[in-house]
Amino acid sequence: MPKDQGIGARSKRREDVRFLTGAGRYTDDINVPGQTYAAFVRSEVAHGKITKIDTSDAEKMPGVVKVFTAADFDGKGGVPCGWQIHDRQGNPMLEPKHPILAEGKVRYVGDAIACVVAETLEQARDAAEAVVVDIDELPAVMDMKAAVKGGALVHDELGSNLCYDWGFIEDNKAATDAAFETAHHVTTLELVNNRLIANPMEPRVALGHYNRAMDDYTLYTTSQNPHVIRLLMGAFVLSIPEHKLRVVAPDVGGGFGSKIFHYIEEAFVTHASRLINRPVKWTSTRSEAFLTDAHGRDHVTKIELALDKDGMFQALRTETYANMGAYLSTFAPSVPTYLHGTLMAGNYKTPHIYVNVKAVFTNTVPVDAYRGAGRPEATFQLERVIDKAAREMGIDPIELRRKNFVGADEFPYQTPVAVAYDTGNYQATMDVLEKIADLAGFEKRRADSAKKGLWRGLGVNCYIEACGIAPSNLVGQLGARAGLYESATVRVNATGGIVVMTGSHSHGQGHETAFPQVISEMIGIPESQVEIVHGDTANTPMGMGTYGSRSLAVGGSAMVKATNKIIAKAKKIAAHLLEASDGDIELKDGKFTVAGTDKSVDWGSVCLAAYVPHNYPLAELEPGLEETAFYDPSNFTYPSGAYACEVEVDPDTGKVTVCAFAAADDFGNVINPMIVEGQVHGGLAQGIGQALLEGAVYDENGQLLSGSYMDYAMPRADDVPFYTVDHSCCTPCTHNPLGVKGCGEAGAIGSPPAVVNAVIDALQRAGKTNVTHIDMPLSPSRVWAAIQG
Amino acid sequence: MQLTDHRDIAAPPATVWAAILDPKVLMACIPGCESMTGSPEEGFEAVVVQKVGPVKAKFTGAVQLSDMVPEQGLTITGEGKGGAAGFAKGGAKVEMAPEGDGTRLTYTVDASVGGKLAQLGSRIIDGFAKKMADQFFENFKNALEPPAPEDDAGEAEEGEKKGWFRRTFGG
Repeated sequence: MPKDQGIGARSKRREDVRFLTGAGRYTDDINVPGQTYAAFVRSEVAHGKITKIDTSDAEKMPGVVKVFTAADFDGKGGVPCGWQIHDRQGNPMLEPKHPILAEGKVRYVGDAIACVVAETLEQARDAAEAVVVDIDELPAVMDMKAAVKGGALVHDELGSNLCYDWGFIEDNKAATDAAFETAHHVTTLELVNNRLIANPMEPRVALGHYNRAMDDYTLYTTSQNPHVIRLLMGAFVLSIPEHKLRVVAPDVGGGFGSKIFHYIEEAFVTHASRLINRPVKWTSTRSEAFLTDAHGRDHVTKIELALDKDGMFQALRTETYANMGAYLSTFAPSVPTYLHGTLMAGNYKTPHIYVNVKAVFTNTVPVDAYRGAGRPEATFQLERVIDKAAREMGIDPIELRRKNFVGADEFPYQTPVAVAYDTGNYQATMDVLEKIADLAGFEKRRADSAKKGLWRGLGVNCYIEACGIAPSNLVGQLGARAGLYESATVRVNATGGIVVMTGSHSHGQGHETAFPQVISEMIGIPESQVEIVHGDTANTPMGMGTYGSRSLAVGGSAMVKATNKIIAKAKKIAAHLLEASDGDIELKDGKFTVAGTDKSVDWGSVCLAAYVPHNYPLAELEPGLEETAFYDPSNFTYPSGAYACEVEVDPDTGKVTVCAFAAADDFGNVINPMIVEGQVHGGLAQGIGQALLEGAVYDENGQLLSGSYMDYAMPRADDVPFYTVDHSCCTPCTHNPLGVKGCGEAGAIGSPPAVVNAVIDALQRAGKTNVTHIDMPLSPSRVWAAIQG
Repeated sequence: MQLTDHRDIAAPPATVWAAILDPKVLMACIPGCESMTGSPEEGFEAVVVQKVGPVKAKFTGAVQLSDMVPEQGLTITGEGKGGAAGFAKGGAKVEMAPEGDGTRLTYTVDASVGGKLAQLGSRIIDGFAKKMADQFFENFKNALEPPAPEDDAGEAEEGEKKGWFRRTFGG
């Protein structure tokens, strides 16, 4: 019988009760007496010199409190970048200032020029329209390859649009090139990883509240990592010491990466609130979200794979242009480098790998992490080029992958791109996939599709990801300007209930349900006795937040460490109460027992003794039962999997229908299978969305053409099939106490190549052998055009 | 986007040339134009109300005439700001040549939009620009030509409007 409590139970997500009944408390639900409203004046051109800002008419409009321009932020810093890359020569990347309000120049459509703060939102918006801005338009820098050759500069003072030219690992280059010289076969593929917009259901909101009486600040914001925002904004932008700045990220309606970053609007409302001594709220419209939320992906890549005559991979070489947008968003430089180059080995034993990435400034909104962040880009190009190689060499694509897998007995496996995989079993994962996807039955299904006049195709691929980032000392060497540990305080109350204050943040991941399952398992008390608190720097220990599928692997591990401290102390209290040695005390099912006897005391009595210490070893032990732990992982975790997608292509229209999708994942140990399946389902929907539907499109002047849901196609329920997911192949992580690996991004990382491989397969099987690649999104028009040749 | 088309107008090039430089004619011919002031030499200030897809806005902007070669052609460029709706920029290169007793106008129009118009209306902007150009040159043709005979019967008032410029200038 399946468990109904603890690790492995399919506990229902307790947070969903409030989310589904409209009782969630999001940032925009928070209102402070005296609150004012902000409306930004944003650039309508992608690139230009500001020649005039006239706020005089706007200032006279009803309800206007103040109209802000860059002058109001004199002496304040720009929004900082949290990761510094060094280029092939060892020089630091070019790093422009990102001012809160534009200083002299606008650099993308949506760049904030001025901001009106008024008594009501409507008054603020009306007055924002009355701000007169004259801009001398400059040529928009849009094409990455052209931008690095010359022409207009996004940042004149930098002298180049090339942020960095990164080689990884530079010492591998000569051996990699040499391997290509002697290779039996080389497969080359040029592709685009399409630019995406995260589109969380809740747009961004920021509410700044300066309290003159206390001379302190509170910022309520839609963030995945309130402590990071407090550190970046306090230390680098507004010079507010952390003890005078509280950042609250309450219920957050999805982030997918786009709410990791420190945005200018957060610094604006915080500082503006001090200048006018009133709270200031900004709520993004959906249009503003399209224009100003950091976008994702946007890589242009050439990848080459060298193979010997038996299909063994000899070497891999890539050249990628990565769009940074107009400014460096918080973690932007890390995405195409250390979150991308380190994954290029995939699940395979390729001896020589060299990755070159050129990061380029353009007149577009900044690009940063989006679900997967670098790893989907790595997986897509690798798994596409392997598929193409299989076709060119006449080897079955699954067979070619199996030949080159890192073997189950070869872990830990040191890749040529710095990282060392601790565990995995790629053959076993592929075995699971072949079974759950019923690959043996494909030919029959293909014949059935053909009867309907449809071309069926099968696409298979593998993925590996690096999650739970990571050892702080390592990421420091790689350029991170932060540590990447996580924290937890476990507070046991006098009557036995537990509150866990975690530095990670839940914005859809289900921490409030999964974290108590771990505590329940460890102590043997019902999950309902454990509550999770997160998202407020005032009552949680310093933590780095939630992204990179790190919450359970890193935050959960911190919680386990703190809980172990609690258990150790509770055993001492129990030993005192039972007049035994604490070494003889066993904790099981919420009861402390002297080993080998029937003498026991329950959890609640021990907790009460800790806070009402009448009968208590006060000379040796402090009262109370509360512990804090910080956990810094010793390595990344490496979830992996094998995915299969079946599509039907309508040859008359080019329309692709995803008929079936199977995902076999190895996430290590699983705390709540239902939450894991939900995470995979969501990731798959986003990956299928990227493959077939989504694409952020700017025109040559830098106007965002896909600026609403009329033109940016999100996946809908009828665009995705019923998924078959399985995580029974389990090789636990060896270096965290839960043995977990992380599952938040896998679906989005592993699915785009499966979809594209399937469409190419359908076309190839139908005789369109000249079609070897179609760039995403595989819209009907692109597929139809490919069919026409 | 760019489109090229032509119109044959039953009026001599001198008449057509005079009309195209006249702000009153331009105002009457630009769809949705509420006011038009200025001169060919110094440019015109125009206010135009238009609805592009879901976005309706009042555009205020400047229209410049350049490359002016009497009775042969000119270039019209304009930029209108529509407040929160964004902006529209466009131009037409117009060439004139005698065609029988009348004049053939050949024009190449380009248009681009920015801000909310681009965000929301980019899919329909090409069709919109073509419609605007067609309407303008149709209006212009009607302003210069005498009313067609079949219009006289039922649409006398409509006929009144047509050809008013020609009557004024005795063309």
